[in-house]
Amino acid sequence: MKWKFSDDVPIYLQIIELMKVDIASGKYKSGDKLPAVRDLAMEAGVNPNTVQRAYTELEREGLVQSERTSGRFVSIDASKMNEVREDLSRTYIEELFVHLRSLGMDDRSIKDAVAKWEDEDGNIGM
Amino acid sequence: METLVCDGLCKYYGNVKALDRVDLTLEEGKIVGLLGPNGSGKTTLIKLASRLLVPSGGSVRICGETPSEITKAMVSYLPDRNYLPEYMNSEELVGMYKDFFADFDEQRAYQMLDSLSIDLKMPLRKMSKGTKEKVQLILTMSRRAKLYLLDEPIAGVDPAARDYILRTIISNYDETATVLISTHLIADVENVLDEAVFLKEGKIVLHQSVDEIKENTGKSVDEYFREVFRC
Repeated sequence: MKWKFSDDVPIYLQIIELMKVDIASGKYKSGDKLPAVRDLAMEAGVNPNTVQRAYTELEREGLVQSERTSGRFVSIDASKMNEVREDLSRTYIEELFVHLRSLGMDDRSIKDAVAKWEDEDGNIGM
Repeated sequence: METLVCDGLCKYYGNVKALDRVDLTLEEGKIVGLLGPNGSGKTTLIKLASRLLVPSGGSVRICGETPSEITKAMVSYLPDRNYLPEYMNSEELVGMYKDFFADFDEQRAYQMLDSLSIDLKMPLRKMSKGTKEKVQLILTMSRRAKLYLLDEPIAGVDPAARDYILRTIISNYDETATVLISTHLIADVENVLDEAVFLKEGKIVLHQSVDEIKENTGKSVDEYFREVFRC
């Protein structure tokens, strides 16, 4: 995983989001073990307390469970996974709308522009 | 537990107030950035905590103790310049540290020297500036200290070496220790910091968690620093 952080948002929030993307996309599956706090801290070049804080928050949200001796594991069922995916997609859509509205576009022309973009060559999805 | 407590700490050089009534408490398990422009008192504060200087007023305590030979056994200090005999090689330096400090972990030092492929027989004077700084940092971080005082550990080395140095710091301190890093290269260190202390003309103008700074200002510590210290 490549770790690139933006400057103006606390890093623990960015780690949470990156982990959620991996969970929502199915890269992390239920029962998968998360890297140890210190290992992830080393890999990402961040403070171990930051990783700890992100893990604690993921635990609080019920996406991760910690076993006292063996580490932390992803713990999600299908409905939880959909929930995470939906939350993330809402965030991204909101961002898109915020950006485009700031250009002075109204919501109707934003939707038209999205549909148009999708139809263009090279942007055809699944 | 509090690792470092400064209470009304002052240091004057003649008429110059290098530190002016500094109150500062650092908790264990934190990596703290001591950030300020040149001449703001960073090195003076670190030298007071390592007892190279004596306060003009107020007090500094490490784990409850006034700086003395007792605190020197708990504090691992990296000065901002080369302080080791240039004729010695890494192997001899490891031996010297082992003699001096009961908490020195020889095996860890050799592991790190090995991971950098440093020639154990090469004297310091033949090393590049960057390698010298890495050797000094390895020696400093191989102690199991309560408080690490790192004075400008990344100044004067290339970005790859900076990365190595920061990772070495992250991987070598434990939850009962505190690391104080003085630097003006804020952008390079801010991802590893828990807290930032801004020092300006001998006074503390800010002591906050890095997450709080980002949440409250929407800025990186580096940007916020530039704003506070705009010339």
